[in-house]
Amino acid sequence: MPATYEPIATTTLGSSSSTVTFSSIPGTYTDLILIGDYSSAAATSVVINFNGDSGSNYSYTYLAGSGGGSGSGRNSNATNTGISYETTANARVSVIVNLNNYSNSTTYKTILVRSNPTATQVNASANLWRSTSAITSFVLTSLSGNFNSGSVFTIYGIKAA
Amino acid sequence: MSPILGIWASQGRISNSYESIATQSVTSGTSASLTFSSIPSTYKHLQIRGFIRTDAGSNNWDLRIRMNSDSGSNYARHSMRGEGTGTGNAEGQSSQTYMWLDRVAPNDANIFADVIIDLLEYSNSNIYKTMRGFGGNDRNGSGIISFSSGVWTNTSVINSLTFTLSSGNFTQYSTLALYGIKGA
Repeated sequence: MPATYEPIATTTLGSSSSTVTFSSIPGTYTDLILIGDYSSAAATSVVINFNGDSGSNYSYTYLAGSGGGSGSGRNSNATNTGISYETTANARVSVIVNLNNYSNSTTYKTILVRSNPTATQVNASANLWRSTSAITSFVLTSLSGNFNSGSVFTIYGIKAA
Repeated sequence: MSPILGIWASQGRISNSYESIATQSVTSGTSASLTFSSIPSTYKHLQIRGFIRTDAGSNNWDLRIRMNSDSGSNYARHSMRGEGTGTGNAEGQSSQTYMWLDRVAPNDANIFADVIIDLLEYSNSNIYKTMRGFGGNDRNGSGIISFSSGVWTNTSVINSLTFTLSSGNFTQYSTLALYGIKGA
């Protein structure tokens, strides 16, 4: 039986970088999963843009908890969408980004995110890219400090029957 | 978080421990329910990954789940969710006739919820069956992110799953995909 859950590409940074790009993503899977394990030289938010779109086409709703309590908020009409937030430089962050039905050309794209910035909080979000285009590329950007060398990002494809 | 699969990212392909079993999609019109039946008992765990929307006329409807067509008061569940303000919400209910993933299904045009549901040890005939669910949608100014856990107080092996919505029907393009995860 062909593999159902298949690695597509991995980027392991050999030097610091403010961005990580995945391009030429095949449209042959049902869902994509991005798994990241990284640290940044500064406290930072990490955001994602799809298909080179930097228009105000992004939004999200989040739930977060830390030692001080929990909270929910949202962001709308943004030029990118956040997937994690860490307040401590060089702290490890793990993140899983689910892009179900990413390759359809009929509906907007909903993304489910779980992130675990180890020094800050645990959080989850539902994110939206208001485009009916199939996702063929995306860029991860660390807004306030580069991803450190050794940061790793892998995308997997899941193929339904 | 999905079960750890021991994924070897550096390899070309992973071993087939994660297999697609079946997919239920609304290819046209609407559907009141999506059902997986005759689920093989040869896996260790099940995962359902989906993309859903309701025709209910408003947003934030529950995704309901029944095991083996049991409509008795044999389910309990808890949830926490964020709806964009405040500290979030939490709730729980017992003796229900289904379990559910809270308020995840939207109605707004072009907006679908992503859902991921794990049923660990579904084929174990010695234990009650536990569900963990994660899902949500965002609608650019509204939306929800939701976690749920549920229990079916029955030791039977799960051989069917029926999904419905607390209001409305699944719209065209709604899809639920069932995957099996093998043990060692």
